Amino acid sequence: MDPIRDVAALRKRLAGLEGARLPGVGSSFCLGAAGPEAGGVRLARGALHEVQAAASADMPAATGFALALALRAVRRGGAEGRPLLWVRQDMAEAEFGRLDAPGFAALGLDPARLILVRARDGAEVLRAAGDAVRCAGLGALLIEIWGTPKALDLTATRRLALRAATSGVTSFLLHRTAQPAPTAVATRWRVTPAASAPLAGDAPGGPSFHATLLRHRGGEGGRPVEGGDWILEWDHEACTFRDLDPLSRAVVPVPAGRPDGAAAQEAGRGEVVALRRAG
Amino acid sequence: MRCAAPAEGARGGGRAGDPALDDPLAPAPLVFVEKVQNALRLAAVDRAARRAGLTPGLTLADARARVPGLAVIDHDPAADAAFLEEVADDCDRWTPLVALDTPEGVPDGLILDITGCAHLFGGEAALRTRLLTHLQRHGASAFAVIAGTPDAARALARSGQGGVGRSGVVPPGGEAQAVAGLPVARLGVSAEIVTGLSRAGLKTIGDLAARPGTPLAARFGRELLTRLERTLGREDVRLVPRRPLPECIAERRFAEPIARTADIEATLARLVDDLALMLEARAMGGRAFEACFFRTDGAVRRLKIETARPLRDGVALARLWHERIEALADPLDPGFGFDLVRLGVIRAEPLSPAQVSLDGRAVEEEEVAALVDRLGVRLGRERVLRFLQRDTHDPDRASALVPAGGVPLPAPSPPPEALVRPLTLFDPPQPVEALAEVPDGPPLRFRWRRVVHEVARAEGPERLAAEWWRRPEAAPTRDYYRVENREGRRFWLFRAGLYEREAQGEAGPPRWFLHGLFP
Repeated sequence: MDPIRDVAALRKRLAGLEGARLPGVGSSFCLGAAGPEAGGVRLARGALHEVQAAASADMPAATGFALALALRAVRRGGAEGRPLLWVRQDMAEAEFGRLDAPGFAALGLDPARLILVRARDGAEVLRAAGDAVRCAGLGALLIEIWGTPKALDLTATRRLALRAATSGVTSFLLHRTAQPAPTAVATRWRVTPAASAPLAGDAPGGPSFHATLLRHRGGEGGRPVEGGDWILEWDHEACTFRDLDPLSRAVVPVPAGRPDGAAAQEAGRGEVVALRRAG
Repeated sequence: MRCAAPAEGARGGGRAGDPALDDPLAPAPLVFVEKVQNALRLAAVDRAARRAGLTPGLTLADARARVPGLAVIDHDPAADAAFLEEVADDCDRWTPLVALDTPEGVPDGLILDITGCAHLFGGEAALRTRLLTHLQRHGASAFAVIAGTPDAARALARSGQGGVGRSGVVPPGGEAQAVAGLPVARLGVSAEIVTGLSRAGLKTIGDLAARPGTPLAARFGRELLTRLERTLGREDVRLVPRRPLPECIAERRFAEPIARTADIEATLARLVDDLALMLEARAMGGRAFEACFFRTDGAVRRLKIETARPLRDGVALARLWHERIEALADPLDPGFGFDLVRLGVIRAEPLSPAQVSLDGRAVEEEEVAALVDRLGVRLGRERVLRFLQRDTHDPDRASALVPAGGVPLPAPSPPPEALVRPLTLFDPPQPVEALAEVPDGPPLRFRWRRVVHEVARAEGPERLAAEWWRRPEAAPTRDYYRVENREGRRFWLFRAGLYEREAQGEAGPPRWFLHGLFP
């Protein structure tokens, strides 16, 4: 039994000597959309990120955004195929409904990869999350907490962030808060829903978010990253965000030759979506 | 060898000495009464009352006439049964094979299978003495007889010390001789058979034993013969224990009871190591463990943990027990201390010796399983869950949650078509007030949680009929719509029922519900 652990520990040590090749630690991921990419927005793996909703009604959007970020985090970087753990407070279930497996599949996550932990109150959420974030076998950790309890302070988030940095588990703190509380997170996002790009027949499109980057502790090489806000759409098939250009929302096709239209054509988005729905 | 120990009287009812009746300081004879056919009759009597000639079945008025200063208590069979269960729990300390003895449908005795246990307590006679002393200390007076079969022990114990002598132990093979003088009623057969036997002049078990079996069976039935053989020790029978037998157990007894949590956890850690050795020798791993804490005053507390995978790693198990004890809503109450701590493996599964693999994945999977165990022990297994997809179109049933530490999941079958489904579902769906085109237009406006949402875009209907093969009563057909409001929030609404059905008078007017939220 012990030789396995020894070998695993040795591998970790060797990886450390080789220079931060430990899955998760030191690497980062982007959103996949051109807008945030231009701003140099990359999210570190093995760090704590915060996704806030300003109001209860925005929580579904924030939840979808956090899950999409988690999927981006486990897509590469040595965490492929690892399970995701979601710690959810019972209040969230009463308020927004229970999580549903087909819904995960619609976002591009195989439900069998998810472990759901239900906690009674905020302290229990944080305690379970504190245990889970140390488990290097996890791909990503989602911590959904109701509101901003007293226990969720600078110390608690700092502890989570430090543990995440050691284990390499990318963690996302998801909660609703009116005013930003001091938390030790790598990035902080505020998410509201955005009108989607309509599909054929004026049907609502895919998950769309208005994401605001409120805080970023520094990107590659410690360069400061400007905050910003983008309107993004999640593409579950390619597992990536896309920019949702307000101009391209018109149902009529954008004439070719216009710069925006050309960009959309290049991305191949308009056509793919139209074909999928028309069939 | 087996031992029968019918507990007699309730707690407090058993009195140690034999107080003489004319002693003014002696407590009054105690009787328990119950109402039988509108008359108060004695249900049970204590030793002093028995000495005064009172027997169960007597009316209270008669009893009062004979013994004026009688202490009378209402008979409470439920409390008796509960007390007997407590005693039975406590008797687990002698042997794991404890069964309730229910001669007339009412449990009023215990049968312990002490095969292979007696030497741990210094022999059968010593075990019997210790058992009786232990019971007496907790306020129960009892008779105990050790014999080769449960039936022989029961018959002898219910007849008092009669044929056994003071030791209470029937020597091996001596059952037939010991029970020979007992009345036939002690066989535990029905009253008609007893009457029939006594009419035939067969008063004692010895009378029956001397006769050939075939005529007896022809006259009184097969059951009498079976009982007779068992009571005479010619045929053995297995007990059905009250609790499932553990696969293997490890225990520690303490001359000085322990009470501190740190001591308890240290004891558990040592027991876990013992168990790990036993399991390794069998190439098994435990999936469920139970710890029993026997208090000196006879109360027994049991704790159980279940793990996600077969486990025999001492360190991991000790950590799980630490979590379990820490997470207790009502902490372990040691009272005056625990004098016996026993740890058993309730369920074991094959676990081959660990194999060295250079792939780090095995370690990672084990780490996740350990995390699932730890969280499951702390929060409860029903709070650490995994999703299971069912092959059904009914959104309410499409996904199920199962404990993550359960059986390995079957390979997920991809849904036949990629459906657009919300991330969260309300269970049950929440009623909304909606304004929609009749008969099957999407909603134009709806009010949910006191907020009015103007629908900007909608898609639908997606018509889902109820699974009639599952529910006999006809649930209304649902027309689902995916809608987006002006602010960009997306909802999953449905209309339960169809307008044409209402027009035909088959159902009430359709109603609108909100079933889920899209990100």
